[in-house]
Amino acid sequence: MKRAFTALLFFAGLIGVWHLLAMSGRWSPVLFPAPMRVWEYLVSAVEDRTLFEALGVTTRRLMIGYLIGVVTGVPLGLITARFQWASDTIGVTGLGLQTLPSVCWVPPALLWFGQTETAMLFVVVMGTVWSVALATDNGVRNVPPMYVRAARTMGSRGMHTWIQVILPASLPFIVSGIKQGWAFAWRSLMAAEIYVTILTGFGLGQLLNFGRDLNAIDQVFGIMLVIVLVGLLADKILFSPWERFLHRRWGTVNA
Amino acid sequence: MSTVAEELRQVTPAKLSIEHVSKWFREGVVQTHALDDVSLSVDEGEFVCLVGPSGCGKSTLLNMIAGLEFPDSGTVLTEGRKVTEPGRDRMVMFQESALFPWLNVIGNVLFGLKLKPGLKEKERLEVAMYYIQLVGLARYAKSNIHELSGGMRQRVALARSLAPNPRVLLMDEPFAALDAMTREQLYGDIQTIWEARKKTIVFVTHNVREAACLGDRVVLFSPHPGRIREEFKIELPRPRDINSASLANYASEITTALKAYRKTEEND
Ligand SMILES: Nc1ncnc2c1ncn2[C@@H]1O[C@H](COP(=O)(O)OP(=O)(O)OP(=O)(O)O)[C@@H](O)[C@H]1O
Ligand SMILES: [Mg+2]
Repeated sequence: MKRAFTALLFFAGLIGVWHLLAMSGRWSPVLFPAPMRVWEYLVSAVEDRTLFEALGVTTRRLMIGYLIGVVTGVPLGLITARFQWASDTIGVTGLGLQTLPSVCWVPPALLWFGQTETAMLFVVVMGTVWSVALATDNGVRNVPPMYVRAARTMGSRGMHTWIQVILPASLPFIVSGIKQGWAFAWRSLMAAEIYVTILTGFGLGQLLNFGRDLNAIDQVFGIMLVIVLVGLLADKILFSPWERFLHRRWGTVNA
Repeated sequence: MSTVAEELRQVTPAKLSIEHVSKWFREGVVQTHALDDVSLSVDEGEFVCLVGPSGCGKSTLLNMIAGLEFPDSGTVLTEGRKVTEPGRDRMVMFQESALFPWLNVIGNVLFGLKLKPGLKEKERLEVAMYYIQLVGLARYAKSNIHELSGGMRQRVALARSLAPNPRVLLMDEPFAALDAMTREQLYGDIQTIWEARKKTIVFVTHNVREAACLGDRVVLFSPHPGRIREEFKIELPRPRDINSASLANYASEITTALKAYRKTEEND
């Protein structure tokens, strides 16, 4: 209760300061809108449904791409950790590609797939898959050999050991990997949406860019706010449960 | 007879024979002669302690009986059959507990049971609870591993290795990381449990008193290369008290022998 109150007070204060700064007249309202103006934009965007549509389009791209990235990244990491040849080939490729800022995938995606949903998905997948794969690989390599030996004496072999021992034992690494993958995917999707207009659906990034085209600073601020909120919400919904589980079972884990 | 009773029935302990076993480890150009022509036989239901300085191959020998490592020459036999892989008839309790942190107490004890065919989920739970009670942790069945003290963790590890009802129990310095008080309590418990669930036990330790307290026989190793030097039969009634005078006599006898071998080695 006390925590909620502190937080409330802080954000109320923040908006208050913002309001005062906007009222001070130091900056033109065309460049620095008052909180009320941003609020009005958000209300109108909700009323004419553009906000929900954009939110829907963006989250759909993100979720599908992210899911594909995780679902391919984890097995890829398991394979590179298990087989030396895979580590020497796929592993090295992944390491290289992970250093590539994922925005760099936007130009080739547009050339290959045109201004389509596929291009957007491709960018998100590329942002996710390598960091997930590398984290999984790293996690598997850090599993104490003792666990595997203990499991073997209890009759665990092959696939059973991988699924029941190695995978859960590397969970702290995998969770921090999928979290990092999420960060990359989210950033690259926003960049892609700002960079290109996809006619099949306007995402948040596109609304942000329209705001700039229209010189509508209230829209720019409003959408930025929504982007921040989506990021926070995803963190709470997607990762908090895992992190709580890790914390409960493992004790202190800095995942 | 119900399956649970069947599962909990007393299995006959197995006989172990280690015949002329030698083992080398190669790491790059460095070669370690871990065991040199070691022969040892352990009777059905016997409690044997292996003592000796660090690096004399005690863990290596234990791992060979477990089927986790293999001799370069010689053979390891259980009940006359050559050991070719790990098996549920030989369970290991490791130095650090090696419990799985992603499972709670009962989850850990169930791990081996789930790999045993022929048991229903409910029956497995019943068997697991029996062993958790046996080690005195009934109240902690749902606890997470990190919430337990070191002593409690080793109890869980003991329950986990007893649960598949092995014929041989291999223990590698299971109490090394515990404080003296906790250890003393566990000496009592392990003797009681050994009465309840008779197994052939091979127990590795650095602690000579511990060996004299628990073992029917104490086998003394010396390193470089690992060899068996001497054996001591401990003829004391059970349960034994670690602080008793007669036990101290055995302990000092073993310690003297241990020091003597260290001397001859230094003079070599
Ligand atoms: N996997 C391995 N690779 C290389 N050398 C090894 C390996 N395992 C054991 N050794 C070496 O073999 C020798 C015997 O090791 P072992 O672990 O069996 O000794 P120990 O008697 O159990 O010692 P401690 O009391 O310290 O546990 C040591 O010199 C050790 O360095
Ligand atoms: Mg050892």
